Amino acid sequence: MKVADEVTKNNPWNGFREGNWQKEIDVRDFILKNFSLYEGNEDFLAGPTEATEALWDQVMALTKEERERGGVYDLDTKIVSTITSHDAGYLNKNQEKVVGVQTDIPFKRSLQPFGGIRMAAVSAESYGYKLDEEVEKIFTDYRKTHNQGVFDAYTPEIRAARRAGVVTGLPDAYGRGRIIGDYRRVALYGTDKLIEAKKADVALIGGNGVMSEEIIRDREEHMEQIRALQELKQLGDIYGFDISKPATSAQEAFQWLYLGYLAAIKEQNGAAMSLGRVSTFLDVYVERDIENGILTEEAAQELVDHFVMKLRLVKFARTPEYNELFSGDPTWVTESIAGIAEDGRPLVTKSSYRFLHTLDNLGPAPEPNLTVLWSEKLTDNFKKYCAAMSIKTSSIQYENDDLMRTHYGDDYGIACCVSAMRIGKQMQFFGARVNLAKALLYAINGGVDEKLKTQIAPNYAPVTSEYLEYDEVMKKYDTMLDWLAGIYVNTLNIIHFMHDKYSYERIEMALHDREVLRTMACGIAGLSVVADSLSAIKHSKVRTIRDENGIAIDFEIEGDYPKYGNNDDRVDQIAADLVKTFMNKIKQHKTYRQAVHTQSILTITSNVVYGKKTGNTPDGRKAGEPFAPGANPLHGRDQNGSLASLNSVAKMPYNHSLDGISNTFSIVPKALGKDFDTQKANLAAMLDGYAKKKGHHLNVNVFDRETLLDAMEHPEEYPQLTIRVSGYAVNFIKLTREQQIDVINRTFHESL
Amino acid sequence: MKGRIHSIETLGTVDGPGLRYIIFTQGCLLRCQFCHNPDTWKMTAGKEMTVAEIVEDIKTYQPFFESSNGGVTVSGGEPLIQAEFILELFTELKKLGIHTCIDSSGGCFSRSPRFLNTLDKLMEVTDLILYDLKQIDSEMHKQLTGVSNEHILDMARYLDEKQVPIWVRHVLVPGGSDDDQLLQRLSDFIATLSNVERIDVLPYHKLGVYKWENLGLAYPLENVEPPTEERVKNAEAILNRKITIALSET
Repeated sequence: MKVADEVTKNNPWNGFREGNWQKEIDVRDFILKNFSLYEGNEDFLAGPTEATEALWDQVMALTKEERERGGVYDLDTKIVSTITSHDAGYLNKNQEKVVGVQTDIPFKRSLQPFGGIRMAAVSAESYGYKLDEEVEKIFTDYRKTHNQGVFDAYTPEIRAARRAGVVTGLPDAYGRGRIIGDYRRVALYGTDKLIEAKKADVALIGGNGVMSEEIIRDREEHMEQIRALQELKQLGDIYGFDISKPATSAQEAFQWLYLGYLAAIKEQNGAAMSLGRVSTFLDVYVERDIENGILTEEAAQELVDHFVMKLRLVKFARTPEYNELFSGDPTWVTESIAGIAEDGRPLVTKSSYRFLHTLDNLGPAPEPNLTVLWSEKLTDNFKKYCAAMSIKTSSIQYENDDLMRTHYGDDYGIACCVSAMRIGKQMQFFGARVNLAKALLYAINGGVDEKLKTQIAPNYAPVTSEYLEYDEVMKKYDTMLDWLAGIYVNTLNIIHFMHDKYSYERIEMALHDREVLRTMACGIAGLSVVADSLSAIKHSKVRTIRDENGIAIDFEIEGDYPKYGNNDDRVDQIAADLVKTFMNKIKQHKTYRQAVHTQSILTITSNVVYGKKTGNTPDGRKAGEPFAPGANPLHGRDQNGSLASLNSVAKMPYNHSLDGISNTFSIVPKALGKDFDTQKANLAAMLDGYAKKKGHHLNVNVFDRETLLDAMEHPEEYPQLTIRVSGYAVNFIKLTREQQIDVINRTFHESL
Repeated sequence: MKGRIHSIETLGTVDGPGLRYIIFTQGCLLRCQFCHNPDTWKMTAGKEMTVAEIVEDIKTYQPFFESSNGGVTVSGGEPLIQAEFILELFTELKKLGIHTCIDSSGGCFSRSPRFLNTLDKLMEVTDLILYDLKQIDSEMHKQLTGVSNEHILDMARYLDEKQVPIWVRHVLVPGGSDDDQLLQRLSDFIATLSNVERIDVLPYHKLGVYKWENLGLAYPLENVEPPTEERVKNAEAILNRKITIALSET
């Protein structure tokens, strides 16, 4: 053992620059004091080691077998998953540099009944498994779950709105997720110090004051956090590591951090279990070891590859309904890369490259959800490398750091797809979304659902004229949106009250500060459908076609109208106004735990289901046809080329949609330029331009439609074909056929 | 002033440097057999747009031009048929500091004082010309495009006199321009020009055939297939004078 190594063993922080991070929990300070900006290109990167290749072959073989077994390799039906519930599990202990899986064997999905026992039972049954009777009895007779709590409190009105799908995709039957523990703290401080800090916090909560409901809850939650940290230490023991102390090497840093994350996914099956912003943090350890001569580039890359491989193995048991909403087995292990420090330095390190390089070493994959925090100020080399990897793999999403940094500082991460939050200081109450297109039909039909033909919203006066008149529709829509915003926030309040009560995220919140900013993350779906519908009503003539009860069930458009996605203010402004209007309506309602109201324009893959549940709309979209994903223009309606489409979406006001504005973009390689170098430069320039236009998020897909058509017919030949949908990436062949067709029908920018 | 516009494509990456806003103008004098935009031929089709209208739209793309050193390209059709319109447009764009480019085949060029008066002014606000040299042999040019090529070659000389940078573009058609002798003659002509920044060989493709069908026109190159990669490389080598072919006496 070298001398430097010896010293580090005794003092894990040896070699790091001093700072406030030594006095209190302050990971950001540690990073800013210690990270090494890398301005060079990708030539230093190393390929996969033999061990990496062997392990990945094993993963691919297991993936194939999982597919052959109908989508689930194995599923725990008896052991309720907790941080310490299972023995150690490995792919191949001798080859793995970073270890740990959710149960005792890789690919075996854990049993997590706290969100809802019925969901656990249904998801097991849908894959041919039967839940252990004892477990089912315990969680039915003795231990209430989140799901049951929510439905106890739901009003008949909420249930009806939920059934009709005007309020939809709610985390009332699955874990809410979207909370990012600051897993870096485990590596930097070790669990002992974290427990010590939490104990000091508890002493500060409600000491001599009134024991109000809030204080009592806070004290109880903090004790749960401490307990979770103690269990995390035990999880370390299970795998043979003492993580009570800080990590002393890069390998330990990866391992400690991963165990923190593993603890979270063993206890929570939240829709999105995001990782945070770890690559530049970990790079400090890598650099130190390389400096000390105890790590080579090959070995450093191997650590990254093995860590990322673990993140690709994250799996949860889901119900068929859930899969219909969020297709392709997503877990949103979102890792946010790069961005700019508040002092102006790009937070680009060699490990920023190494993480993206896993797409070469292990091949493309949807997880982890690699998210580049884009800024004009990133280095040219890094921009071009990102563009190159996008062109090669279609596995990266980009989010505008220049836009987000002003709101969230320089140590935020993305939860799920587009939700920024300060790491360890902020969390959100995930609120799925409301269907604004359906709400428009409610406004026209006086609250009667066009599919169910029953009264869902209040029976406000319907539009009775043959032709829709813009001012009248707008007025009625406004009233309907008032109702919708109210019922929506009420629904979310119930959900998050119950989630805190019955399925509290102990370990994730243990890796947060005591005072946490909470946001109530509302969302909207159907933006482009509504914008085009209103534009049609305003700029052409829309005639209603009614059924025998006078319900408008179809619309006939006479003449043409400006369509969202063509950089035409006449309609883009309608969309932008709608975003602002609905946000303001949301803000009028009191939230649970004083959460700050936000909203997103994001659908993930649920645009297909929402479309299915929504009747004919005044823009000419037929009943059942998918909505556009997120803030995208509707398929095929953006006809002035890519930049016009980007310009339209960039007009949506981020200030009124701080939980994110998702845009998914597909382009054929040739449309980016003749040769690879030009394509790289043009894609990077396009991202710069979109950032300058204040566009928030861009999923970039670069491939030909033919590739997807072929993959539909021959899935076995495309085991790793990855595409970006709305805010995340999926393995194309894992999508339902309907969703595959939806993706293929989207606008591919292909003009030459 | 109004121009007659066929369509606008906001993301052009092959018609000039960087990301480009491409304006396809309506109307062309040539009838090239390989034309992939025959819908731009007719002089009276398209829609009328004012300079102000287009400039207002173009402005919103400036961040993309800045990040890519891109700009605006006017293509067609034959843009120079509407030289006065483009002059007014480019004058406005230059005020905004936007790179301007014209994709022309020179089909309407003449040294008439009236035309040159406008063209001279236009060239002062034009940063780059993508100049199509379709066929060096005048007879064959006539067969291919319907007109002979003397005035087209003359415009190349004119641009040289004016020192307007050009990117020469040559569509390689098997059985037509893809002939070593012809390529060498073209190469010799290009070598007499001092304003050539780049020479691009564009392999003939059939992506526009459906437009001929839509217009009810018979497609004359029905049986011609795109050139092989090897022939494209060969043409590039000859035109860029990396190899020289001995010309036989004619």
